[in-house]
Amino acid sequence: VKYMLLIYGNEEAFGSVGAEAFAEILRETDALNQELFESGELVGAYGVADQVNATVVRVTAGAPVVTDGPYAEAKEYLGSFTIVDCDSLERALEIAARNPAARYWGVEVRPLMHEANVEP
Amino acid sequence: VTDWRAVRRLVPEVLGALVRRYGRFDACEDAVQEALLAAAAQWPVQGWPSNPRGWLVTVASRRLADQLRSDTARRRREQVDAARIPPPPAGGDAALHLGARGPAGEDTLTLLFLCCHPALSPASQVALTLRAVGGLSTAEIARAFLVPEATMAQRISRAKQRIKATGATFDLPPPAEQAQRLGVMLQVLYLVFNEGYTATSGTRLVRAELTGEAVRLARELHRLVPGDGEVAGLLALMLLTDARRPARTAPDGSLVPLSEQDRSLWDAEAIAEGVALVTRALSNGPLGPYQLQAAIAAVHDEAPSAEATDWAQILALYTLLERTAPNPMVSLNRAVALAMVRGPAAGLAVLDSLSTDERIAGFHHLVSVRAHLLEMAGDRDAARSGYREAARRTTSEPERRHLHTRAARLG
Repeated sequence: VKYMLLIYGNEEAFGSVGAEAFAEILRETDALNQELFESGELVGAYGVADQVNATVVRVTAGAPVVTDGPYAEAKEYLGSFTIVDCDSLERALEIAARNPAARYWGVEVRPLMHEANVEP
Repeated sequence: VTDWRAVRRLVPEVLGALVRRYGRFDACEDAVQEALLAAAAQWPVQGWPSNPRGWLVTVASRRLADQLRSDTARRRREQVDAARIPPPPAGGDAALHLGARGPAGEDTLTLLFLCCHPALSPASQVALTLRAVGGLSTAEIARAFLVPEATMAQRISRAKQRIKATGATFDLPPPAEQAQRLGVMLQVLYLVFNEGYTATSGTRLVRAELTGEAVRLARELHRLVPGDGEVAGLLALMLLTDARRPARTAPDGSLVPLSEQDRSLWDAEAIAEGVALVTRALSNGPLGPYQLQAAIAAVHDEAPSAEATDWAQILALYTLLERTAPNPMVSLNRAVALAMVRGPAAGLAVLDSLSTDERIAGFHHLVSVRAHLLEMAGDRDAARSGYREAARRTTSEPERRHLHTRAARLG
């Protein structure tokens, strides 16, 4: 069963931990990801670029309209996400609790319910 | 032999021959996989060998020898004692030394026990069983479970390391452990079956293959331990469930509930086989949860129409199942059967007693069954909001669509 682990925050939240603690968070996250890869549970882990880099595409009357960073006013944005494939929700929550971000900002765990219907 | 499925059936025997000769299950398993990949590349071009088993054993032995040699060389470089590495097999003669076979089918059984080792997580048991017993490649298994190939490769490799760490050997478990270990094996096969059966998204074709593979392995297991009622029960349950597959999805891909399925589409041959299996198992006792679930599926499959379903019989079977293997999902199903026999109020009363059970309280199944019984009782408003609530809670997309349809039907 696949689960998505999401970490939300903002400039202030991510910046307030201090450079040293942040580097430690990254080291811990790398070690956890390595462990999850070795156990065969890691599908992927991604850091998401700051929302100043976000672009939104909308198709209006058949033509794509591209706008920059529309969520500047949002209180929190998606900072990173991890997808794991594990045996149970309990295991997914255990993995989330091991993520250092859980000590600072919290980790949201959501089951994935639909996958692209593609033929290989 | 010109059928790849027949080649995959040789895998346990080939792997068994190597492991009995050289030990080292993990390295032998890799070598057999490499031999299979080589066969898949060469046979269609150069023609099929007259003795596919011998070919696979020979090539796998060479791969193993190469692997052991390079391991030995690396160890020497690292100045580690390499004295205990077994001598590499002598090239093309390997097949001769490896000619001896174990008792028919015993390799398959031994491998199944090993791959379903209780020290492994269910996901790892499933992956390793499909590869080492089913002969599927890592790429195929990864595709079936929609994970990257590297993730699946790592899962299989970790599973083999774990088995090595437990010190398990290539032998049948002691008789005292066998019953319990067989139980784990049945769970693994049922997981493979359900992965193929319940998934309606993703790569449909590969998923259907998983169902077929689960049936094949259960059939093989039943042949090896014909006296075990639960093995027969699981095979029957798979056949009786899979028999309805042609009627289970509408052309638009949406789910068709049992009561609305076109029963003429059901696979009569599979139903006859499943019914015969479960009837024999039940008359030989002892009873077990797979036999009871198969018996319930048989009652549904034998009903000429939804209206003609023998609900009293189903209620009796669920009551027995609830006693044999207590589980809130079974209680939910019993509540539905009770409602069909004695009316929705009786079923709703059971649900009320279940809603204090923490394991199931917030579960979408409980919510949707309640909505169904409320609909039967004529309380359309409560039923509609129940279906919508259940739709929000389910993590299955086809089920979510189905629940929204049920809600919409109530206006």
